Amino acid sequence: MRRILRMAAVAAAATATVSVAARAQYGVVNPPAGPQGAYAITHAHVFPVSGPEIPNGTVVIGGGKITAVGADVSIPAGATVIDATGLSVYPGMMDGASTLGVSEIGLGVPQTVDDQEVGNFNPNAQAYYGFNPQSAIIAITRVVGVTQVVSRPVGGVVSGQATVVELVGSTTPRMSLVKDVAMVITLPGTGGGRRGGFGRGGGDNAAQQKQQLDSLEALIANARAYATAQAAYAADKTLPRPDDDVVLASMVATVEGKEPVMFNADGEADIRKAVAFAESEHLKPVIVGGRDAWMMTDYLKQHAVPVVLTSVRELPGNDDQPYDVNFSAPGKLAAAGVQFAISSGEETPDMRDLPYVAGEAAGFGLSKDDALKSVTLWPAQIYGVADRVGSIEVGKLANLVVTTGDLLEPRTDTKYLFIDGRPVPLTTKHTELYDAFKDRK
Amino acid sequence: MTHSTLNATGHRAARNSALLLLFAGTFAGAQKPLPAASTTLIRNATILTVTKGTLQNADLLMEHGKIARIGTHLSAPAGATIVDGTGKYVMPGIIDPHSHSMIDAVNEGTLSVTSMVNIEDVLNPTAPAIYRELAGGVTTINVLHGSANTIGGQTITVKLKWGEPVDSMIFPGALPGIKFALGENVTRKDNPPPAGQERRYPFTRMGQEEVLRDAFTRAQNYRAEWAAYHAAVAKGAKDLVPPRRDLALDPLVQVLEGKRIVNVHSYRADEILMMVNLARDFGFHVLIQHGLEAYKIASEIAAAGDGVSTFVDSWGYKIEAEDAIPYNVAILMRHGVVVTINSDDDGRARRLNVDAAKEMRYGGLTEDEALRTITYNGAVQLGVQNRVGSLEVGKDADVAIWDADPLSVYAKVDQTYIDGEKFFDRQQDLARRDSLVALKAQLEKAPENQPPAQGRGRIVPPTTGGSK
Repeated sequence: MRRILRMAAVAAAATATVSVAARAQYGVVNPPAGPQGAYAITHAHVFPVSGPEIPNGTVVIGGGKITAVGADVSIPAGATVIDATGLSVYPGMMDGASTLGVSEIGLGVPQTVDDQEVGNFNPNAQAYYGFNPQSAIIAITRVVGVTQVVSRPVGGVVSGQATVVELVGSTTPRMSLVKDVAMVITLPGTGGGRRGGFGRGGGDNAAQQKQQLDSLEALIANARAYATAQAAYAADKTLPRPDDDVVLASMVATVEGKEPVMFNADGEADIRKAVAFAESEHLKPVIVGGRDAWMMTDYLKQHAVPVVLTSVRELPGNDDQPYDVNFSAPGKLAAAGVQFAISSGEETPDMRDLPYVAGEAAGFGLSKDDALKSVTLWPAQIYGVADRVGSIEVGKLANLVVTTGDLLEPRTDTKYLFIDGRPVPLTTKHTELYDAFKDRK
Repeated sequence: MTHSTLNATGHRAARNSALLLLFAGTFAGAQKPLPAASTTLIRNATILTVTKGTLQNADLLMEHGKIARIGTHLSAPAGATIVDGTGKYVMPGIIDPHSHSMIDAVNEGTLSVTSMVNIEDVLNPTAPAIYRELAGGVTTINVLHGSANTIGGQTITVKLKWGEPVDSMIFPGALPGIKFALGENVTRKDNPPPAGQERRYPFTRMGQEEVLRDAFTRAQNYRAEWAAYHAAVAKGAKDLVPPRRDLALDPLVQVLEGKRIVNVHSYRADEILMMVNLARDFGFHVLIQHGLEAYKIASEIAAAGDGVSTFVDSWGYKIEAEDAIPYNVAILMRHGVVVTINSDDDGRARRLNVDAAKEMRYGGLTEDEALRTITYNGAVQLGVQNRVGSLEVGKDADVAIWDADPLSVYAKVDQTYIDGEKFFDRQQDLARRDSLVALKAQLEKAPENQPPAQGRGRIVPPTTGGSK
C-alpha cells in the first residue's frame, strides 16, 4: 500500500530534525537531507531535457537513482508519492565554473577564501581539499535547483584541479562526484573566466610571460617524462625506481589527455592561443570564459573545443560592440553547433542566478530548450558526468527539482528538491532569517 | 551621424565623424530626436500602469512630451507615429535609485567630509552605459558618488537622454542629493594606509556617528549665523560683515531645510538605526542605500518615514553583507516602508526587471508590487512621483515597450521613450549594425587614422559635424 504524501509533508519531515540545529547559529548548517527512499513524483510536467516534455508524467526514484520516468509508469509498492499536479520536474542544474566551497566571503575576509595558492604553478592544488561542506552558500544555491557544481581553483598559470560535488552531504567525500575533474590553466598573457580568471595569467611583460610559458612547457614535458618513467618502472621493477613527485604526479592525467584542461580565455586571440597550445601539447581543452567564442564558431567546431561561458551578463568588451553582444552569444554558439554550457559567471554567493542567466540568453536568440540544456545536460557532457547527472533518465542520479513553473523564470519557486535521491529541506540561512524577522514589531 | 549621411557625403563625412564614432561607438543605434516634440500612439498593447492596474488591448498616446491619453481605440492626432503594440507590454521607464553610470570620477575620498564636491561636474553624456541602460528599459537614474567617506559629495537625478547635451539630461525640478556612507567601505579595515601616512578618521562606526553629528552641528550653527545676518539686514542694519561662506556646509543646510535628499550607503542594522535616529534628531529624512539588514529594523524605519533602496538578493560578498536576505524587500514593504531595488552597477542596471521578478518568489510580492520597486517607489524616493514612475495621463512620457511581460526573464525592450522622444529602438539598432561595422572598417583604413612612421598617431579633430 503506498502512502500518499503531499509535498509539504516531505519537506516538513526533512526539516523537522534540522531546524533546531540550524537555528543555533544562522547559516552555519546546511540542513541535512532525508533518506534515499523510494519516491514517486506524479502528475507532473516532466522536462527530461534529454527527450521530449511529458505533460502529465511520473518520475520514480529509489536507492538514489531514477528508476522510471514516463507518462504511464507503475509506482512501486511502498513508494512515497508526491502529487505534483500543476508542478514541473526538471533535472538539477550544474554550474561548470564556480568557486563554491573554496571561496566564501570574497571581500575583506581572506581567511574564508581558499581558492588561490601561492605562486604560478600549482597543479597539485585540489579544490577537493579546499572545499568547505559547511559553506552557507551551498543551501542557498541548491534551493533554486542547482544540484551539482564544478568548483575550481583560480589564479596564476596552473591554478590547480577542479572538482565536481553534489550539493548534499556533510563531508566532501560524501558530496563528491569527481575528485579531480579538470586542470585549470591560464596561459601567460591571456585571461578570462569572469571572477575566476582573476586577471591575466602570468607576469605583466612579454619577457616574464615567455619565461612562464617556458616553465609551463617544461612542467608538461617533465610530467610526461615522469609518467613514462613510472610506467616503465611499474612494468620492470629491475629499473631504477623514479623518485615520487606529487606535483608531477598530479599532472599525469592531464598530459595523458584523460583529464581536460579548463583554459581561462575570453578574447578571440586568447582562445586561439589556448586551443593551439592544447593541441601542440596534446591536451584536452575546455574554454572557460569564452566571451568572444561567438566570433569563431567555425574554428571551435573544427577543433571540437567546448566552451563554458561565464560572460553572458558581462558588459560588451568594447564600446563599439552591440549592446546585447554577450546576451546573444549563446544563441550564436547554439546555432553554429558549438558545444557549450552556461555558467552564472557571478560571484560565488550570487551563483544561484544560474537559471536566470540562461533565461536572459533565451531572450536574445537561444531557444528555451537549449537554454535549459546549457545549464543541465551540456555542462554534464563537457565534464564527463552525463552518465550520472544532467537529465531525467533511468539509471541517472536522482537530482531533481520540482517547481511551480518554468525553471528559468525568477518568479518560479521550488517545491521539492532531491539530490542523490534524498529529499532536501528548502530551509536556508535566508529563510531562517526571514522567519526570525518578518513579523518583528 | 546616420548611414544615409555617410552614403550622401562619402568618405569626407566618415572622416569628419571619426571622433564621434570613437566615442559613441557602433552600438549607438539611437536616432537623434527631433527638436520638436514627437507625437506617438502605441496601439493595442498590454499597459502596465503600475499605479492604476493593467489594461489589456489598450492604447497610449504620447504628445508634447507627456502621456496625453490612455484608453482603447484612441484616435491618432495628425502626424502621429503609430506603433503597433500587439503582443507587447508597455511599462513606465525604470528608475534606478543607485547608479554610478556616466561619471568620470567616483570618490573624493581624501577627507571624511567632502560635501563641497558635486557629481554634476563629472557627468559624461557619452558614456555607453546610458544607451545600454535604455536598452534595459531604464529612463531615470540617481547618480551617486562612491562610499569612501562618511559625507561624500552632492548628487543628481538624471534622465538618460542619450545624444543630448548633459544639461538637458538633468531631471528638471528634481531635488539634488548628497551621498553619505557608513560601515566597512569607510573604515577601510583591509586597506592599509600608504607608507608614512596615518589612517583616516573615522576608523570605526563610533567615529562615523561623531563625524555626522559634528558636521550637522556646525551646519546648524552656520545656518543660524546666516539667519541672524539676514534678519539684521532686513531690519536695516548697514555695513554688516556677512558670515564666511562655507561650501561644505551649504549643502548640509539644504539637508536641514529638506531641500536635498540624503543617500546613506549602509549595511548593518545598527548603523542604519544610528543614522535614522541621528537624522530624526536633526529633523531630516534619509534614503537608506543598500540597507541589506534594514529588514531587522523595519518597524523603526517605517516609523521614521525613511525609504530604503536595496539589492534584490546580493549577499555574502563581504562580512557586513553576510545577513543580507532576498526577503528584505518583502519585509520592508509589509512594514510600510517605501522600498526600491537598484543596480549600483552598469551591468545589473540592464536587467532590473529580472531582479524585480525575484521579489515574487522571495516574499510573495504581487506583479504590481514588484514593478513598483523599480518604478513608482523610486519616483517617490527621489521626489519626482508627480512626473514619472507610473503610466498616468499628464505624467512625463517616459515609457518602455517590451516584447514580453517585463517580469519574465525572456523579455527584452523594443523601444524606450523619454519625454515622448524615442531614445532606443531595437529594430533600428539591428538595422544599423552591418553598416556601422563597415563604417568602422572604412575609418580604420582612412589615412588620417594610420599611425605615422614615427611617434603617436594623431587624432582626427572634430570639424563641422556631419551629424547636424
